[in-house]
Amino acid sequence: MIDNPIIEISNLNKWFGNFHVLKNIDLTVNKGEIIVICGPSGSGKSTLIRCINRIEVHQKGKIIVAGTELTGKIKNISNVRKEVGMVFQNFDLFPHLTVLENLTLAPAWILKISKKKAEEIAMKLLTRVQIQDQAFKMPGQLSGGQQQRAAIARALCMNPKIMLFDEPTSALDPEMVKEVLDVIKQLAHDGMTMICVTHEMGFARQVANRIIFMDAGEIVEENHPDEFFSNPKWDRTQKFLHQIL
Amino acid sequence: MKPSAFSISKPLITTLVLQAAVIGIIFYAAHGLLVNTQANLEARNIASGFGFLSLESGMPISNSLFPYSAADSYGYAFLIGVINTLYVAFIGIVMATILGIFIGVARVSGNWLISKLAEIYVEILRNIPLLLLLFFTYSIALAALPIPKKSLAPFQGFFFNNRGIYLPRPIPESGFSMVCIGFILGIAAAFFIQWYGARLHRNTGRIIPCFSLGLVAMVAFPSIAWWVTNGPLSWEFAVLKGFNFKGGLVIRPEFSALMTGLILYTAAFIGENVRSGIQSVNIGQINSSKALGLTPGLTMRKVILPQALRVIIPATTNDYTSLVKNSSLAVAIGYPDMVSIGGTIIGQNDQAIEIIAMWMAVYMTINLIISLIMNWLNARVQLIGR
Amino acid sequence: MSSDTCSDTHGGLLIFKPSPDLPPPLVAVGIIAWLKKNLFSSKINSLLTIAGVLFLWKTIPPLASWAIIDATWTLSPNPDTINPGTTEKTGACWAFIFVKFRVLMFGLYPEQFLWRPILAFAIFVLVCAITIFRILQTRLLIVLWFLLPFPLFFLINGGMGLETVEQSLWGGLMLSIGLAAIGIIMSIPLGILLALGRRSKMVVVKSLCIGMIESIRGVPLITILFMASVMLPIFLPQGMDINNLLRVQIGIIFFSSAYIAEVVRGGLQAIPQGQIEAASSMGLKSWMVTYLVVLPQALRHVIPSLIGRCVALFKDTSLVIIVGLLDFLGMIKASAQDPEWLGYDAEAYIFCALIYWIICFSMSQYGKSIERRNQW
Repeated sequence: MIDNPIIEISNLNKWFGNFHVLKNIDLTVNKGEIIVICGPSGSGKSTLIRCINRIEVHQKGKIIVAGTELTGKIKNISNVRKEVGMVFQNFDLFPHLTVLENLTLAPAWILKISKKKAEEIAMKLLTRVQIQDQAFKMPGQLSGGQQQRAAIARALCMNPKIMLFDEPTSALDPEMVKEVLDVIKQLAHDGMTMICVTHEMGFARQVANRIIFMDAGEIVEENHPDEFFSNPKWDRTQKFLHQIL
Repeated sequence: MKPSAFSISKPLITTLVLQAAVIGIIFYAAHGLLVNTQANLEARNIASGFGFLSLESGMPISNSLFPYSAADSYGYAFLIGVINTLYVAFIGIVMATILGIFIGVARVSGNWLISKLAEIYVEILRNIPLLLLLFFTYSIALAALPIPKKSLAPFQGFFFNNRGIYLPRPIPESGFSMVCIGFILGIAAAFFIQWYGARLHRNTGRIIPCFSLGLVAMVAFPSIAWWVTNGPLSWEFAVLKGFNFKGGLVIRPEFSALMTGLILYTAAFIGENVRSGIQSVNIGQINSSKALGLTPGLTMRKVILPQALRVIIPATTNDYTSLVKNSSLAVAIGYPDMVSIGGTIIGQNDQAIEIIAMWMAVYMTINLIISLIMNWLNARVQLIGR
Repeated sequence: MSSDTCSDTHGGLLIFKPSPDLPPPLVAVGIIAWLKKNLFSSKINSLLTIAGVLFLWKTIPPLASWAIIDATWTLSPNPDTINPGTTEKTGACWAFIFVKFRVLMFGLYPEQFLWRPILAFAIFVLVCAITIFRILQTRLLIVLWFLLPFPLFFLINGGMGLETVEQSLWGGLMLSIGLAAIGIIMSIPLGILLALGRRSKMVVVKSLCIGMIESIRGVPLITILFMASVMLPIFLPQGMDINNLLRVQIGIIFFSSAYIAEVVRGGLQAIPQGQIEAASSMGLKSWMVTYLVVLPQALRHVIPSLIGRCVALFKDTSLVIIVGLLDFLGMIKASAQDPEWLGYDAEAYIFCALIYWIICFSMSQYGKSIERRNQW
């Protein structure tokens, strides 16, 4: 793959109080690359991707996203957040707004585009995730899978260059996992740069360019998916794979 | 009959018999009460009925929003009391809400010192009786302020003493109506700007600072009218004559003490509602707003507040009705609200039953109106779920 | 990656050894980090902090010097120093509280019988302690609390060998606690009945209960007290007379029961339908379901709110001053207006606030702790 880094993380360290959650993380993500991060719970994988749009603040090291370094500067933070979309485990749609309003809120107020235009874009995206007929319902009236697809569409509304997924399917009933993964696969197919924290190993093998395995706040292994599953380099990786496969 | 949830379900006949028995007991008791009451009233020579309302009251009222003299009727005196109660309740609700929001926001502030200060405020105020607070504010208004001769005068024409707070009274001259029209136009313009701004945003996405522009309009229109008509307002200053001030606008110590106490006390409760409302909003909502790039201001306005209101409104409805009921403590510091005036009337003619019935009717009406308004508001912010 | 520290191999695999946890950099922990995060995280926060510190700087030192440093604690043998007006007083005069202490606590209760309310108070505190430390079973505790008023009333009132003390002499904190405690104890059964009545299927009973609850909750306590104190004598048969204290107590009980009914109703509503169905399916009659299954759970559920009502009622008893009883606040006010001791309002009210605050705050903290631990 041609080197065209869009995310560069070097020597990243983070503490929660006295607890060292991220230790010397180095990671470079190229444009169009799809990275899957896996690892046992508490290994710091969610914290890592939350650092990428500064929902979590790191204390040491450097994060450069789309050419902007994340520091305390409000302007840099908001620039990065415009480029990075994020989907959460619990969907976190705004429960007091309709699905359509969920999608148009940020474009209308941050990108300052007209309501009509914003709604057009939103309907297009809702069609893409196949819930166009739910547009005028409240999030509470949707199934989990539909809510997560709406959340993906909401993130896409800001036209991001990078998408972060924080365990997008772990709060879903099993029969809904596929519909959400299909949407993410479609996105991957369209060339979106993505970092996805997930336990769906089948999905990882299918779409990932690279798999990163984390434990105890460190990146243990970074490998091509085929290698990762059939021929891991580290004992810790093998143990993890034995436990979940 | 199906066994039902909580009721004591019995065959239909038993239920009917039971209910009939209850009705019988009630009628028997009511009849007994009526007989006793009539006998007692006769023995004590107390009149009954509402005829007394048209009689001359002969009582002075110190704080009245409308012209009143001792020659007016009991009915009018009571009405003055009702108006005073409404006045106190209205100002109290508005001010306590504003202060309460500040305290609630301070409670959840990331600033440790500010949030601790707000917590101390809330914990002190919620755990002492309101009446004590009123005695305290009243004794400050009376005892800590000097006698009229030694009034504090922080500004020209302003006097603080133990007879009240004296302010200059504005006297409109010809042309003042222009300023009023200017003010109304200003408000209309502000509404128009809001509407136009929302439309502009909807149609083109452009955002104009509606709030600041509206504020400018609200100031500009009356100011221009003021300037054109050459300042059509003169001031009547309070003047010390003998032992007291004459003229000017007076805020009596009873009123300021009652208002201060009620507002400080109720604001502590409203502040708690605001805090729990804001804290009830899931942290995920804030994270996803951040991830979408919403600014903290927008997150507050568009995401947190609408959800927090679901918790805040029902709790605050209770606090508003409590405030209205608590305003009756005015009687303890001599502010002539409805209870205070009614109490005086009872003292004069012993017609307690009628006065208490009137009190109940008025309080229940006020509280019903508050509940209706707040329930309507609440229905607008509730979520639709699956 | 941590390859340099973990180069051992095992069956062809590299062995992962987690690198050691490092202590956070000073910017992340320690006093400076705490200050930066909690007090100076932004320009606005820094300004607010400075304003807060200034406010404390302006208020605390003068308050402290008035209340503690310059305060008069003991009665000086020289009458000039305690006689207001003759000397310029700079600090608080707490001696005033000491002088008035007996009146503030017990009203005009005769001095030779003071051991009786003190003993009653000791028993009351003991029962509170038994409740808080859960020394007895819940069932026994309930019985204990319902029996408690009788011996205590006997102790304070007298009779049967003990010399009777006129009720008009009762007052002070003793009266406040008494009115509130009896008010709560008596209004709980009444409130439960009202709450059950409100959920009854019998229209007459239901509307009667709703009418009672809503009309009491719709008006201020003062009007209820007026009613009890002025109207009750008119309703009673001629010749039957009850004293003012009892009338006020009846008013308080009615007032409190309406609020407790609403609290209990909240608890009843929180019981899932499944509980009722399960109990009914075991063949229990519906009144049994209510008294054996629903009510005990509902009451357990509402204990924190009931404690909240205790706090509210204890604060509300201060209103009895308006119908002429001298409770704690009443005695405070009377003492502040004592012509021999004019000018000590602030001391009186602050002492009053302190006592009310200690009692109410401990009660609400106790309520919160029950809620947290889900103890009952």
